[in-house]
Amino acid sequence: MQESDIKISEEISTKEIRSKRKPGDIFFENLTLLFALLLIGLVLFIAIEIYGDSAESIEHFGFSFIFSSDWNPVTEKFGALAFIYGTIVSSILALLISLPVSIGVAVFLSEIVHKSVRTPVSFLVEILAAIPSIIYGFWGIYVLAPFMASTVQPALSSLFGFLPLFQGPIFGTGMLTASLILAIMITPIISSITRDVLKAIPVSQREAAYALGATRWEAIKMALLNARSGILGGAVLGLGRAIGETMAVTMVIGNKAQIKASLFEPAYSMASVIANEFAEASGSLHISSLIEIGLLLFGVTFIVNTFARILIYSVTRKT
Amino acid sequence: MENDTIITDTIDDSEDIHDSGKHDTADTKTALRTINLSVKFFDKLAIKNINIRVKKNNVAAIIGPSGCGKSTFLRSINLMHDLTPGAKVYGDIYVHNEHITDNNVVDLRKKVGMVFQKPNPFPTMSIYDNVAAGLKLNGIRNKSLFDETVEKNLTYTGLWDEVKDRLKSPAISLSGGQQQRLCIARTIAVKPEIILMDEPTSALDPVSTSKIEELIINFKKHYTIIIVTHNMQQAGRISDYTAFFYLGKLVEYSRTRRLFTNPREKLTEEYVTGKFG
Ligand SMILES: Nc1ncnc2c1ncn2[C@@H]1O[C@H](COP(=O)(O)OP(=O)(O)OP(=O)(O)O)[C@@H](O)[C@H]1O
Ligand SMILES: [Mg+2]
Repeated sequence: MQESDIKISEEISTKEIRSKRKPGDIFFENLTLLFALLLIGLVLFIAIEIYGDSAESIEHFGFSFIFSSDWNPVTEKFGALAFIYGTIVSSILALLISLPVSIGVAVFLSEIVHKSVRTPVSFLVEILAAIPSIIYGFWGIYVLAPFMASTVQPALSSLFGFLPLFQGPIFGTGMLTASLILAIMITPIISSITRDVLKAIPVSQREAAYALGATRWEAIKMALLNARSGILGGAVLGLGRAIGETMAVTMVIGNKAQIKASLFEPAYSMASVIANEFAEASGSLHISSLIEIGLLLFGVTFIVNTFARILIYSVTRKT
Repeated sequence: MENDTIITDTIDDSEDIHDSGKHDTADTKTALRTINLSVKFFDKLAIKNINIRVKKNNVAAIIGPSGCGKSTFLRSINLMHDLTPGAKVYGDIYVHNEHITDNNVVDLRKKVGMVFQKPNPFPTMSIYDNVAAGLKLNGIRNKSLFDETVEKNLTYTGLWDEVKDRLKSPAISLSGGQQQRLCIARTIAVKPEIILMDEPTSALDPVSTSKIEELIINFKKHYTIIIVTHNMQQAGRISDYTAFFYLGKLVEYSRTRRLFTNPREKLTEEYVTGKFG
C-alpha cells in the first residue's frame, strides 16, 4: 500500500473533551499547576536575588572571578576557582567511592539477605541518612581524620606513592577525608534508591534469567543492568547532596583555598567558604564575592545535574 | 504428605510403557519422568502426586480448567518454584534419567527451556540481545554465531520479517504477541533438550499460532516438548500425548487421539466435550 492511500482522519480534538470536564477536575488541575509554578518561581526568585546581591563582585572581577584561585580578604582579591575545584572534586570522588558500595549494599539487601535481617538492616541504612551532618563532622574530626592520618594515608602513600594523588604531607584532614565523609553521607541515599529500583523489577524478569540457566550472580547482573537508569538517577541525587553539603565538609576538608594534585592536601569547598566567612565578612566586596560563590554553586549544581542527566540518557538509550 | 489417589501414567495400550512406579535407570526412551510430584503453596496443595512419563521426541499437551495446576506442574520441572515464596515441591523428577536436585539446577535449566504464560522479555535489552541472551550465559562470545542464531530463531517464530530492520530497538517496543514470539525465540536459541511451554500461543493471531505449531511439530525431531494449552484443537493438532488435570490431580494421561475420542475417564469426556470447565 502506498503512503498516499492511507487517509488519516482528523485528530480528535482534546479541546472538546477538555471543555466537558467536571469543575472538580479543573480545580485540581489548576491547583497542581499553581504548586508547580510556585516552585519554579521560587527558584527564579532566589537566582535573581543572588545575582543582584553579587553585582558588585561581578562588576569588579568579571570572568576572572571564576578563573582565579586567589582568595585574600585583606587585599580584597577574590577568585573562586579553588572552591569550585574543591566542591567538584570532593563530590565526584565521594560518588566514585559511594556508588559501588551503595550498589553492593542494595544487592545485599534486595537479593541476598533473608527477610528477617533485611528489615533491620534497611532501617539502619535509612537512619544513616537522617543523622545531622554536624554529627558526621564531629565523627570526621575525632575518629575518621586521626584514623586517616595513622593508617589509611600512610598505607596509600606507601602503595601508590608514585602517583601525585597520594603524595605530600599527611594531616588526616583534607580532600580525601572530606570525600570519604561525603561518600558515607550519600551511601544511604543511593543504596536505598537502588534497593527500591531492584525490588521493583518484576519477578517474571528474574524468572526469565533463571530459566535460561543464569546463576544467581548472572541474574543479579542482569537485574542491575535492567535497573541502570534508576540506579544512576539515585547517583545523581547523591551527587547533588554531596555538592551542597556544608557542615561536615567544612570540618574535615582543611579549609585552605588551593588547588593541589594530592588528595592529602587541605582544600576548600564553595559551601564551606560561605559558611566560614559570611558572618565575619566586613567589606561589601567580600560579601558580594561570597554571594557570587553562592550563585556559582547554583550554576555548578545545575551543570553537574544536567551533565548527569545526559549521561543517564545516553547509557539508557544504548540498548 | 497427604497420600491421595495415586494415578500412574496410563500410557496407551499399544505403546506399552507400563509403569512399575519405580524409576528404571536403563530406560533411554524417556525424557521426563515425575514420581508422586506434589507442590504446596504455603499450606495449600496445588498439585497432588503427579506421575507422568514423557517420551523423547514427543509433544505432550497439558489441558484442564483454569487453576487446576498446569502451570504449577510445568514450573516444577525446571525448579522454578525455588524462586516462589512459600512453594514446596515433593516427589521425584527425572530428566533423561537424571534425578533432579537443587544442586544441578543451573545445568538443568540450560537443558530444560521454558516459555512463560506471560511474555517476559528483558525490557531494557534490544530484540537482538534478548535472543542472544542465552548464548551469552553459556559463555559464547562469537558475533557471527549471534547473528546467525538471532536470524534463524526469529525466522522460526515468524518474527524476522517484522523486526529485521529494528533489531537494536528495545524488546518492550514490541506488541504483546511479538514479545511472546521473541520469548519463544530466546528459549529455543539455546537448543534445550526439553522445552516447556505455558500457553505460548494464547496471545497470538491465527497465522502466528500456526507458525508456532509448525515449529513445535518440526522441533519434535530433536527435542521433547511439553505444552500447556487451553485450545483443545491445538492439543489435537500437535501433541502425541495429552494429560488432563483437574483440581490439582492428573485425571488421565493418554494418547491424544484416544483422550479426545475415547477417553478412559468420564471426567475427561465431560471436559473435552465441553460439558464443564
Ligand atoms: N505463587 C503462588 N502462590 C500461591 N498460590 C499459587 C501460586 N501459584 C499458583 N497458585 C495456586 O495454585 C493453583 C494452581 O495454579 P496454576 O497457576 O498452576 O493454574 P493453571 O492450571 O496454570 O491455570 P491457568 O489455566 O489459569 O493458567 C491455583 O489455585 C493458584 O491459586
Ligand atoms: Mg497457567
